[in-house]
Amino acid sequence: MDLSIFSYQFMQNAIISAFLGGIACSTIGVFVVLLHMPFIGVAMSHAAFAGALLGLWLGFNPLLGAFAFSLLAAAVIGPLADRGELSPETSLGVIFSLMLGIAFLFMGLMPGTKSGALEILWGSILTNTRGDIILLAVVAVVVVGLVFIFYKEIQATIFHRDMALSVGLPATLILYGVLFLTGATVTTSLRSIGGLLIFSLILNPAAAAYQLTYSMKRMFLLSAVFGVLSGWIGLLFSYLFDIPSGATIVVTSSVIFMLAAVFSPKRRVKRLKEPSVEEAYD
Amino acid sequence: MSTTVINIEDAVVSYREDIALRGVSFRVESGEFVGIIGPNGAGKTTLLTVVNGLGRLRSGRARVLGNTVGRRNGYSLRKQVGYVAQVESIDPRMPMNVREVVMIGRYGVLGLFRRPGRHDWQIVDEMLELVGMTHLARRPIGHLSGGEQQRVAIARCLAQEPKLFLLDEPTASLDWKAKADILELVRQIHDSRQLTTLFVTHDLSALPLACDRVVLMKQGLISSEGSPGKLLTDENLSQLYDMPVSAVQNRRRGAVPA
Repeated sequence: MDLSIFSYQFMQNAIISAFLGGIACSTIGVFVVLLHMPFIGVAMSHAAFAGALLGLWLGFNPLLGAFAFSLLAAAVIGPLADRGELSPETSLGVIFSLMLGIAFLFMGLMPGTKSGALEILWGSILTNTRGDIILLAVVAVVVVGLVFIFYKEIQATIFHRDMALSVGLPATLILYGVLFLTGATVTTSLRSIGGLLIFSLILNPAAAAYQLTYSMKRMFLLSAVFGVLSGWIGLLFSYLFDIPSGATIVVTSSVIFMLAAVFSPKRRVKRLKEPSVEEAYD
Repeated sequence: MSTTVINIEDAVVSYREDIALRGVSFRVESGEFVGIIGPNGAGKTTLLTVVNGLGRLRSGRARVLGNTVGRRNGYSLRKQVGYVAQVESIDPRMPMNVREVVMIGRYGVLGLFRRPGRHDWQIVDEMLELVGMTHLARRPIGHLSGGEQQRVAIARCLAQEPKLFLLDEPTASLDWKAKADILELVRQIHDSRQLTTLFVTHDLSALPLACDRVVLMKQGLISSEGSPGKLLTDENLSQLYDMPVSAVQNRRRGAVPA
């Protein structure tokens, strides 16, 4: 196997991008999984996609459009989720389909070739520039840093929002913060992973980690490890078989999830005389 | 000498079309154990949310622990008010153990940017001991029974070292034994920690017998209050629940209606 490809600058950029994007996305994924709002990722990534297309169509930076649209989605999702007026699945489903509709509308209105649009849809980690990497690094550091600083508030909010409020924590603010971070992460990973596929890099590593541990800290760690591995193994397969990297990254993360689900100790039916859960996880 | 810790004057709270409280005035002295009873939808839970600052007053005034409750001081107020709600189903795979959940009670008191230290874990372990849950301290929280979860909720509430102890239907959906045990535990804790306790229930059999005072609520108003012996008469209950006196008598004696 000729691995000299990894000495090229573009490949190194891709490896670093997969590392940073993997960490940011999979950390966000832990919120999405534990808050039982898997649709947040879908709705946000399609909002970002629609915003990016608006930028392409009107000729401004697609990332700005993507960020503005995902914040807009957060501003709509937040109150709906917070007040529970509609079930989160319903409201996120409505936003998801609306954003997809808007995205295709912009695509239709766009003159000329649609290659730029398709690139955002599928992602192209191999063309990431230094600027992309810096942006990804900033988001990854901010996401991980905020989780570290506000760990106890985040943990309580994830566990039970009303309880967190009742002990005097700003749970509503934390929820909005999480939505904002999701928007920022989706936006910056959009070019690398692609609007269609980013959702699985958010959901799969965290869902895999969720199968394997009863410790929230360990879940954050495992999720990040799975996210980075998905990116790196995906890149390798993309190169070996000459197939799109976005697709291989997503398939890898799905395989990791399936393996975790199959081997999950949480699924095992308890037999008499088995070590208790606390012994197994301490 | 006792001091007034809760003083609510003419409180009105509404959620969209529904008026939950229609001008309720209510005082509680330090150290009292007050039972609040009434049918579903009487405004009992709303009254508790006025006390911990989560309920928004349309009009009226609430002073709790010496401060007028407003939007600004909600967080600092809630740090001094323990709140136990009814059992809710918890995701059995939730990656948190019992000890960590009890620690959430310390989080508000600790404040931002401060991590729990040895002192906080000591308090948590003490409270787990108090509610008899030490043996389950490292069990995932989603694996506990309803009665065990309520004990954990009480420990979490006490880990806050609250001045006020609010319980909102803490025994709903528990079996008969678990219910009796929780009632006993609440009373013990009230006495030993010299708390001021408000205990809300729609279920007469879930009212701790040793309440100092009972408040009857119906349709967003306090219909009467007084000592349990005087107030919980068949006539009063028949009015509260819109039932004939004879039906109340039958039910209170556990008789099967003919």
